Amino acid sequence: MILSAKNLTVAFGEMRAVDEAAFTVERGESFGLVGESGSGKSTVLRVLAGLIEDWSGSIAFDGKALGRTRDRAFYSRVQMVFQDPYGSLHPRQTIDSALAEPLAIHKMDRHEQRIEKALEEVGLGSGFRFRYPHQLSGGQRQRVAIARALIVEPEMLLLDEPTSALDVSIQAEVLNLLDALRKAHNLTFVMVSHNLAVVAHMCRRLAVMNRGRIVEEMDRDALRRGEAKDPYTRRLMAASRGYDRKLAESFKTLD
Amino acid sequence: MNASWSQWLLDEAPASRAQARAGAFYRSWLAFRRNPLAMVGLAIVVSLVLVAIFAPLIAPFGPTVQDLDFRLQPPSHRHWFGSDELGRDIFSRVVFGSRITLMIVLLVIVTVAPIGLAVGTLAGYFGGWVDAILMRVTDVFLAFPRLILALAFVAALKPGIENAVLAIALTTWPPYARLARAETLVVRKADYIAAVQAQGASGMRIVLRHIVPMCISSTIVRMTLDMAGIILTAAGLGFLGLGAQPPSPEWGAMISSGRRFVLDQWWVAAMPGIAIFVVSLGFNLLGDGLRDVLDPKRE
Repeated sequence: MILSAKNLTVAFGEMRAVDEAAFTVERGESFGLVGESGSGKSTVLRVLAGLIEDWSGSIAFDGKALGRTRDRAFYSRVQMVFQDPYGSLHPRQTIDSALAEPLAIHKMDRHEQRIEKALEEVGLGSGFRFRYPHQLSGGQRQRVAIARALIVEPEMLLLDEPTSALDVSIQAEVLNLLDALRKAHNLTFVMVSHNLAVVAHMCRRLAVMNRGRIVEEMDRDALRRGEAKDPYTRRLMAASRGYDRKLAESFKTLD
Repeated sequence: MNASWSQWLLDEAPASRAQARAGAFYRSWLAFRRNPLAMVGLAIVVSLVLVAIFAPLIAPFGPTVQDLDFRLQPPSHRHWFGSDELGRDIFSRVVFGSRITLMIVLLVIVTVAPIGLAVGTLAGYFGGWVDAILMRVTDVFLAFPRLILALAFVAALKPGIENAVLAIALTTWPPYARLARAETLVVRKADYIAAVQAQGASGMRIVLRHIVPMCISSTIVRMTLDMAGIILTAAGLGFLGLGAQPPSPEWGAMISSGRRFVLDQWWVAAMPGIAIFVVSLGFNLLGDGLRDVLDPKRE
């Protein structure tokens, strides 16, 4: 077990964005967090990444409890990929500087080779190295963001809807790239998505979140067989099959 | 510029850090060049610099050389801008005065921009009590009218060009701090800042390497637009006798000494006045052009 969270609660004022969430992630597995917008899934990820400091409960990473602030050693083992590739790259920095930055932060050596290798691994040639983000497409930018996360050779990647801002045709490419990289580097993924199909494709195990609570945990095969127990999960699965007016109505009344 | 150079600069896939930087700069230059007024401003500012550098070669007389036989001469072949009450050549004095103006401009830039950026970005990024303390200090400086505060500073220290610059700098930085803080507040919530946080970067590193670059362009624009005001304040202090001291050919001081003859010998006050006007206009036009090019919302 590389990561475990217990009683994880995040409150923004009166609103409990995450309510007593508990889950565990095994080393080398890929774990999905699914839910609709506002279900608290991204908040969980941001707490794990140390971007939200105001939380209660306990999180343990590799057997050690995590505090409010994370040290640099933690970030050399856990990296994050953001949802919006248009927003997550500094608009005034070339791809080269974006990739050099984590190397400088973690005082790593051989910058040249590492940058070349990282670009190679995500399927971007060295021709992209000195371009600015605005010269790249969404998919290319997300590849850069993945390269930036992987360049410090982490053990775990936190993926915040890594494909939801991309074209459908590009989504599959990026997901397959992530899957291949996970196998190649023996990475652990924690992936957040609102898309059941994406999670079913990527993750062996998943947790379904609704209104800050984890309502159900299941594995991929159970999901594929449609063996959801929780009524919310069933509705979510039905919704993923297509639009249905009755179903859309039922989401409104669900509390 | 020949074709292969511009091809190298506009290359979509630059091969080195230097090429990428030069290319980004060249693209801004191309956008800047399309604005004729901004080019006029740039030309004025560049000529100010050239005139200041080559003043001894351009000026036909020394700035303090008196010729009492030629007092208060109107503009002529011998004295292009006329001569003043001590027979000094006004053209030469205006030319040498550009050095003082340029020095004031440079000294104010090197003091104001770093102070304003540092105070603003730190306050904006760290927030909380850091923000409260830095911004209240800024408010104190903002509470006084600029010229009055500068006057008080100079009067308390002692009249002179260095103290005038110091006084101007001390009264000019607060708006820069405000501006940088406002930009920082917008930028600090951006994903690319969260991304460097999630890479484990320290607060100082984030401010210096990721936030300051986003605030620099607005600071440059504001600086060039403010430059006219700074030159006028310096001239104002000179006019009131609190800036450059005679016989130094500071433009404001020259107007001050010329105001006694303004009706009969108009050129004594008018020539340095025109110089102030042209240079201020130049900086304003340049600032307008730079704003169009550097505006982060352009992309």
